[in-house]
Amino acid sequence: MNGFKTYFTNFKKTFKVKNFIMYFIVAGAMILFGGLGAAGALKRSFLVLLEQMGYGIIVALALSLVVGFLGELSLGHAAFMSIGAFLGCYFQNSVFPALSSSSPFVALLLAMLIGGAAAGAFGFIIGLPALRLKGDYLAIVTLAFGEIVKVLFQNIPVFGGALGIQNKYRYNVNSLYIIIFAVLLLTLIIVQNLIRSKHGRAVTAIRDNEIAAKSTGVNVSYYKIAVFVISAVIAGVGGVLFAGTQNTFKPAKFDYNYSINILVMVVLGGMGNINGTIISAAIITFINVRLGTVLTGNLAVLKDIFYALILIALVIYNNAPALKKFRSKYNLKNGAAAVWNFLVRAFTKKKAEPDPAREVEFGADWSRIPTKVEMDELLSTDFIPETDKPDRGEGGEGK
Amino acid sequence: MNEIVLKTENLGISFGGLKAAQNVNLTVYKNELYGLIGPNGAGKTTVFNLLTGVYKPTNGTFSLMGENLVGLKQAEINKKGIARTFQNIRLFNNMSVIKNVMVGLANRKEYKCNLAQSLFRTPKYYETEIAMRAKAKELLDVFGLLEERNQLASNLPYGKQRKLEIARALATDPKLLLLDEPAAGMNPQETEELMETIKFVRDKFDMTILLIEHDMKLVGGICDELTVLNFGTVLCQGKTDEVLCNPEVVKAYLGE
Amino acid sequence: MEFLTTFINGLSLGGVYALIALGYTMVYGIAKMLNFAHGDIIMVGGYTIMVFFNMTGLPLAAAGVAVVFCIVTGVLIEKLAYKPLRGASPLAVLITAIGVSYLLESLAQIIFGSDHKMVILNHWGTLEIGAFSVSYNTIVTLSSAIAIMIALTLFVNRTKVGKAMLAVSEDRDAASLMGISVNNIITITFAIGSALAAVAGAFYILKTPDVSTTMGSMPGIKAFTAAVIGGIGSIPGAMLGGLLLGIIETACLAVPALAPFAIAIEFGLLIIILLVKPTGILGKKKREKV
Repeated sequence: MNGFKTYFTNFKKTFKVKNFIMYFIVAGAMILFGGLGAAGALKRSFLVLLEQMGYGIIVALALSLVVGFLGELSLGHAAFMSIGAFLGCYFQNSVFPALSSSSPFVALLLAMLIGGAAAGAFGFIIGLPALRLKGDYLAIVTLAFGEIVKVLFQNIPVFGGALGIQNKYRYNVNSLYIIIFAVLLLTLIIVQNLIRSKHGRAVTAIRDNEIAAKSTGVNVSYYKIAVFVISAVIAGVGGVLFAGTQNTFKPAKFDYNYSINILVMVVLGGMGNINGTIISAAIITFINVRLGTVLTGNLAVLKDIFYALILIALVIYNNAPALKKFRSKYNLKNGAAAVWNFLVRAFTKKKAEPDPAREVEFGADWSRIPTKVEMDELLSTDFIPETDKPDRGEGGEGK
Repeated sequence: MNEIVLKTENLGISFGGLKAAQNVNLTVYKNELYGLIGPNGAGKTTVFNLLTGVYKPTNGTFSLMGENLVGLKQAEINKKGIARTFQNIRLFNNMSVIKNVMVGLANRKEYKCNLAQSLFRTPKYYETEIAMRAKAKELLDVFGLLEERNQLASNLPYGKQRKLEIARALATDPKLLLLDEPAAGMNPQETEELMETIKFVRDKFDMTILLIEHDMKLVGGICDELTVLNFGTVLCQGKTDEVLCNPEVVKAYLGE
Repeated sequence: MEFLTTFINGLSLGGVYALIALGYTMVYGIAKMLNFAHGDIIMVGGYTIMVFFNMTGLPLAAAGVAVVFCIVTGVLIEKLAYKPLRGASPLAVLITAIGVSYLLESLAQIIFGSDHKMVILNHWGTLEIGAFSVSYNTIVTLSSAIAIMIALTLFVNRTKVGKAMLAVSEDRDAASLMGISVNNIITITFAIGSALAAVAGAFYILKTPDVSTTMGSMPGIKAFTAAVIGGIGSIPGAMLGGLLLGIIETACLAVPALAPFAIAIEFGLLIIILLVKPTGILGKKKREKV
């Protein structure tokens, strides 16, 4: 009892509404839509949209760990998803048919465990190159990995080959979205807990300055692999959930473009910004689905053009060295502060002071992320003196 | 006789044919402020990189409190008790000041909390997190950075960034602190202040400090002992006053 | 004889990869960025050739127009999307390049539709000597690719602009202190890279007369693989890597058991090379200062 009391006081001491607000939103959405669904007030198409949003956000959260917090670019996250999807589906279809028909929930749960574990194992494998490579090079390795996984699935008959796998036990559309939202909530809690711990700080330290992190005692190899594994497990679970929503799906679905779609969600949400990632993933999924019904045929590309332009404009706006001053003057935070000040003044007739105790978030501003992997730094992993040219600190040349 | 903290024996490294550092013998006693000086390209930073595991020595050994550390990785050496700062400041720029220090604290034995405990927020997590935050505040207070603790590290003025780097290094609870040109880019006033800080750190934390510096005023003002490097080898070593008067040292710095 | 045929075909495909890889490697060496949209320049070239060939029926003229159009596109992209980001994090530039690639593909789809189009530039037939048979397309491709590579090597090593390019890739700051306009050099590099991509696009259509919005992405990624295998930033490396990759791919496709896995094998090779020798066969090692 006493232990619980301390736990609670400690919890209260570190509690911040801001960090919990997304939990309430997700849980609230789950209860609201769950209730409406049970009452039969929701159309099937809307339930499918909720499913898509759910697993979309889960996978985006997974990628945001790697891109936003570890500061490495992955162009192959769809592969982790496909590993989860195919293994989970195969497991449900063939290994567990009795359970799948009688207790689909248990089957799905076991499938998530298996799919997540398998994806995690591959996350470990893809984490190994991350120890030696950085930046563009690692991005290309992840891309290559994604293509390899796709080709392998296309050529393994057990998984249906290029024609894809049939999901014999498509989960009931009336309840799957609730399960997906529950998993989403759990994912969100785990991701937040990770980044707001000393382990998360170590990861962001690696992103900010790997050399300094090493000399500050951060075990860089361990954390790089850990982040890749955790991210892969989450993406794999997302894949299993995706499989649950389908009657049949093909390996080609999880191609390079799918990985880019996930990346767009993370980048538009603001790198290293969990809430932003969730919001942008939800909005993008919504727009995709809604526009998909309006824009048909070749017009459907209009939305791709729109995304591409937004992506380019946003990255340039956030990163262009020439716009640095402009950015610091007119950014969202300042805008929000101005609105807040205005409101406070309007209601209390006094000037609001910025709260000095307000915690600065983890590089929520993607413009400031310095993955300065310049040419020199790209290949900086091993320091074998015999093969190297001299480095004498102050730049004195010794040729 | 005082306890020996750092001892290097014939420490050296060569890159291809070039001997960047050779036969460096240092003996640093507890609580000492030891200076490493020498002209540009003399191999001072190379020695630091050897001591922190960035490079592996091609010959010789070094030991901390009698324990041989050759061949360990950077993070392991840090855990054994050698912390450093960098010539060009290397902070975690997108993290707040207090989190910079908390990264350093994370390795201490008293703040053990494994990944699973953090992911599921067991009582242990809250305990260590609160304790770490308190300790970090304490450290920041010592360096006069408490007010700025929630600012981004990159937004600090230059002098405070240097201080934060030292605070972060101290957070790892080192036995030996390596400072790489702490006064680089500072004006005389700031240098003066820095000298006070360094002496203060030594006394307050009971620290042993090895520092690289070009500013002779600073070196002469605070170092107990000096080693002069030139072309990767030791030119002379001894008490500060004697070394600074040595004609060979003057020649190395100013030419004939 | 079959072996020799495969070898020649491999070399020819490798020549195409080498031309694309040169664009990657030069941009990487000089602008220090991974131009992800480079593959889509091939697609732009492909559609330009299609339009002009259908209008005039002259394959060479169409290719010439494509070269010009690709140069304009490449330089425009550089000026509008990449130049503002000079000095920003490479990851930001990479994501922008991905955006540009997306944009080009979507634009092409809006204009030309998503269906594949057949463009048959010629009917030259095949050269047959006994059991040995190689299409004239292959011969033309291989010989032109080699001629272009020789010309490019001479250009880089002998001319003033070429030497300036080498200087910028070695040390941008020092080069600009020597009076070299880094911006101009980068523009020229993009122009050359885009021109090579257009030529590669023409050869690609010769080989497989099929134009689509995504026709550039796979060859683009493979050519990047080739550039990495040879050592990114190195011009001879890109040529060597391209030829090697072409031979490996053709050889894989010639063996029925391996054929479905050809892409997996190529990318597996990329991963292995990056891990074992990240600098590639002819690349130089650079390192981080502490």
